[in-house]
Amino acid sequence: MAGTDPIKQFDIVELFSFGTIGADAQGVGGFDLVFTNSALMMVVTVSLISGWLILTTRGRGLVPSRLQLVSEVSYEFIANMIRTSTGSEGMKFFPFVFSLFVFILISNMLGLFPYFISVSSQLIITVSLALLVMTIVIFYGVWKNGFKFLKIFVPSGIPLVVLIIVVPIEVLSFLSRPLSLSLRLFGNMLAGAIVVKVFAGFVVSLTAMGLVGIIGAILPMAMTVALTGLEVLVAALQAFVFTILTCVYLNDAIHPGH
Amino acid sequence: MEVEAAKMIGAGIATIGMGGAGIGVGIIFGNYLSGALRNPAAAAGQFTNLIFGFAVTEALGIFSLLIALLLLFVV
Repeated sequence: MAGTDPIKQFDIVELFSFGTIGADAQGVGGFDLVFTNSALMMVVTVSLISGWLILTTRGRGLVPSRLQLVSEVSYEFIANMIRTSTGSEGMKFFPFVFSLFVFILISNMLGLFPYFISVSSQLIITVSLALLVMTIVIFYGVWKNGFKFLKIFVPSGIPLVVLIIVVPIEVLSFLSRPLSLSLRLFGNMLAGAIVVKVFAGFVVSLTAMGLVGIIGAILPMAMTVALTGLEVLVAALQAFVFTILTCVYLNDAIHPGH
Repeated sequence: MEVEAAKMIGAGIATIGMGGAGIGVGIIFGNYLSGALRNPAAAAGQFTNLIFGFAVTEALGIFSLLIALLLLFVV
């Protein structure tokens, strides 16, 4: 059973340690500075993205080569998304939104390869990303609009009596944004990886039963292939969803008051 | 009842909530499709709203999945 345990793949293992800092003489407290497989996957993700973008835009031909076109299309894709949801004012957030999209997309995709883990199936990564987004939204909204930023809780054109009900709902929905933003990405990537692993586990345990089992294993094997295809779709869709929600929240910071 | 068995049953019940999210996502995509077939020219402009509605609906299903995972592995 140990080989097919669907949760085992999310274990974080220590690759090498830099030692402990901040502990007292008895070795109590302090932080373990450890390079884990999760950190390795993040390094792989970031170096893949940087390598891709640096290599493809090095030539910068006026008539783009095929690889340069991939970079330009992804630039246009994100730029259009920001322009349509926040207006041209939101373009100052382009580097942030583009980094978010590419990082989540590549880390989701890398999780589909055997022996690789997806860093976005670790809750700490998605919570950090969501809190980063919400911190930027709140700080920029307050810095740009001042007290008027509170207008995001008060929809315009609504009678005063209804506002008594609507404002607490709006506050609650604002507070649940970082929660839903992080849990959506985490839940989708975690559930996808578990489902693929469960069906792959059926293949392993069926083939151990001899000839009849091997014939019976064709069905879960086909299911694993089909689910991997579905996971490619989910990986791209979730990166897109995270980015578009970031744009919508940034729009609230730029133009509060619906 | 043993606590371990109760956890398993609770996790199973919690996943029923995902059915509601499934219905909601189905309604969103179905209505988008019927609207898009009536007026294909306007369909592309509403794609962002489609994904936004899908994401907000799906999050509620993910919450119930999270409760199931918490019951199984954390509590």
